Amino acid sequence: MEKFTTLNSRAIPLDIENVDTDQIIPARFLKTTSREGFGENFFRDWKYDKNGSERSDFVLNDKRYSGRVLIAGDNFGCGSSREHAAWALSDYGFKGIVSSFFADIFKGNALNNGLLPIQVSPDFLKDIMKLISEKPETRVSVDLESQSISIENSKLKESFKIDTYKKTCMINGYDDIDFLLSKKDKIEHFENQRKLLNVYD
Amino acid sequence: MSKTLFEKVWDAHVVDTIEDGPQILYIDKHLIHEVTSPQAFQELERRNIPVFRPKEIVATADHNTPTVDQHLPVKDELSRKQLAQLSENCKKNNIKLYELGHKYNGIVHVIAPELGITQPGMTIVCGDSHTSTHGAFGSIAFGIGTSQVTQVFASQCLLLTKPKSMRIKVNGTLKNGVLPKDVILYIISKLGTNVGTGYFCEYAGEVFENMSMEGRMTVCNMSIEMGARGGMIAPDQTTFDYVKGKKFAPKAEKWKSSLHYWKTLPTDKDAIFDKEFVFEAEDIDPMITFGTNPGMSIKVGQKIPNKKDASFEKSLKYMNFQKGEDMAGKPINYVFIGSCTNSRIEDFRVVAHYVKGKQKAKNVTAWLVPGSKQVENQIEKEGLKDIFQKAGFELRQPGCSACLAMNDDKIPEGEYCVSTSNRNFEGRQGQGSRTILASPLVAAAAAIEGRIVDITKQLN
Ligand code: SF4
Repeated sequence: MEKFTTLNSRAIPLDIENVDTDQIIPARFLKTTSREGFGENFFRDWKYDKNGSERSDFVLNDKRYSGRVLIAGDNFGCGSSREHAAWALSDYGFKGIVSSFFADIFKGNALNNGLLPIQVSPDFLKDIMKLISEKPETRVSVDLESQSISIENSKLKESFKIDTYKKTCMINGYDDIDFLLSKKDKIEHFENQRKLLNVYD
Repeated sequence: MSKTLFEKVWDAHVVDTIEDGPQILYIDKHLIHEVTSPQAFQELERRNIPVFRPKEIVATADHNTPTVDQHLPVKDELSRKQLAQLSENCKKNNIKLYELGHKYNGIVHVIAPELGITQPGMTIVCGDSHTSTHGAFGSIAFGIGTSQVTQVFASQCLLLTKPKSMRIKVNGTLKNGVLPKDVILYIISKLGTNVGTGYFCEYAGEVFENMSMEGRMTVCNMSIEMGARGGMIAPDQTTFDYVKGKKFAPKAEKWKSSLHYWKTLPTDKDAIFDKEFVFEAEDIDPMITFGTNPGMSIKVGQKIPNKKDASFEKSLKYMNFQKGEDMAGKPINYVFIGSCTNSRIEDFRVVAHYVKGKQKAKNVTAWLVPGSKQVENQIEKEGLKDIFQKAGFELRQPGCSACLAMNDDKIPEGEYCVSTSNRNFEGRQGQGSRTILASPLVAAAAAIEGRIVDITKQLN
């Protein structure tokens, strides 16, 4: 996993609520057996119409906006547990997503892929969504160590929460597997204890 | 100290607690399928890590399988490769696989309960959000991402922060024609699609106590649609009777000790939940969705609400519906009865009972997709197949099918499909398709009439 410490980038405002993972990566693109290449079909049906022409009204097709931060509406990433959604976001180039609310499974998937979900207050979200929509050149600055997000040339700044353990993993680029493998003894001990209790198989 | 059902099961599986961090939770059963597992196997290989407890893993092919001619090689090349990859991975790692055509093949959340793999008090995970289904047995069951699938392969554990717990009570007796699907759609319409985020939800009260296991599974299945990681219902005699005698259910002495343990699981009287909601059964009617998330539903006889909100309007635009319109009477062209929400034998009995002696409308394509081989056989055994054929319905072979339209079972662009599945997201059933979620009864009535029917009028 790639390390994450700070991020300074322009951002793309996706002012839509309840974006589900079926939109982020539609099911028909889940037939591959590798993790690569999902960026190509990222938001496929919002980016392109049936004939494969770009939809001009979709923000990812708006040349004014670019950057490694996605500013998204409330309840981002609901629905299917497909981690392909997080892979697609990373593959497309995002490192951080800002929203006032993330669905549980998506949040975990993002963190497991070095993609930082930044949960901010609804008011803050409204403000930066407006600011960035109006001034696409605005840069967003994220500092994981101090758990803060600020918007350059503005007074907008907020702190965000993240589990301490997850924060350490992100900063160091560790993942849960290394950690769990280091606890093998404890896990086996637990299994043996349970067998003794003979609660059930 | 008094504990909730959730706390009892959770606490019994904690291997270790990290200071100021998550807990290590032991997983009893790990279910896998072809779509979310290949990258996990790949990662294990890359790191040279063996599968830790292959015996606790059960695999099936369901998401990406055809629902016709299952005895023939799969036509779509990518799908065929993905299925072959699953078979190869299972073989290499000694994992039990119920592949396409096997007598126990079917949707992962249908087969595990019917084989007795799902049992009270367990922790169960699967790389699929509707794993919440298994909570109907009083187990902690939830969907995970592929990185977590890798973690469970490697260690039979997950690192998790303990979710909060909530309870939803529904008192009283359901009205005639109101099915478990209506109960959960009603609850989500009242509480919204993210009321459950960060929570495990216990369903309690007379309505669930009197519900069959299959009905309970329908309810727990859709817990994720209100944002909850999982749903749970306390195990009781209904649960025990269902599990008893199933292929992998405990036998003899083991059964006795299991039963003894399971009976200790229900929530203690004065246990405290982080939040609680109470509803009355008499307020619930057959439901129907009109928008593009499962929270956007109304009673089938009601009008689409008038709400000023950008997401709401975007949703109606996609569906091509107007505020204030009646849902009843709207023409539809497709009916899909299937998915891990409603593809069990009781669902097909409801449909058969309604359509017997009737004919589907000419303009409707009606697909019936059983949740498993066992359900498919039962349909035949009970003579329901004949009823369906006479009514013009198409009985297909088991799988996820048009629930997510990864295979060829797609609803064409712009068409309306009344579906017993769980998600009405944009394009979920095919690019540009429009999904209307309902119970098997409401779906059956729509197939016969070729339009949405206010079933309550027929029932009274
Ligand atoms: S039937 Fe639908 S919801 Fe259920 S497991 Fe299959 S794709 Fe997922």
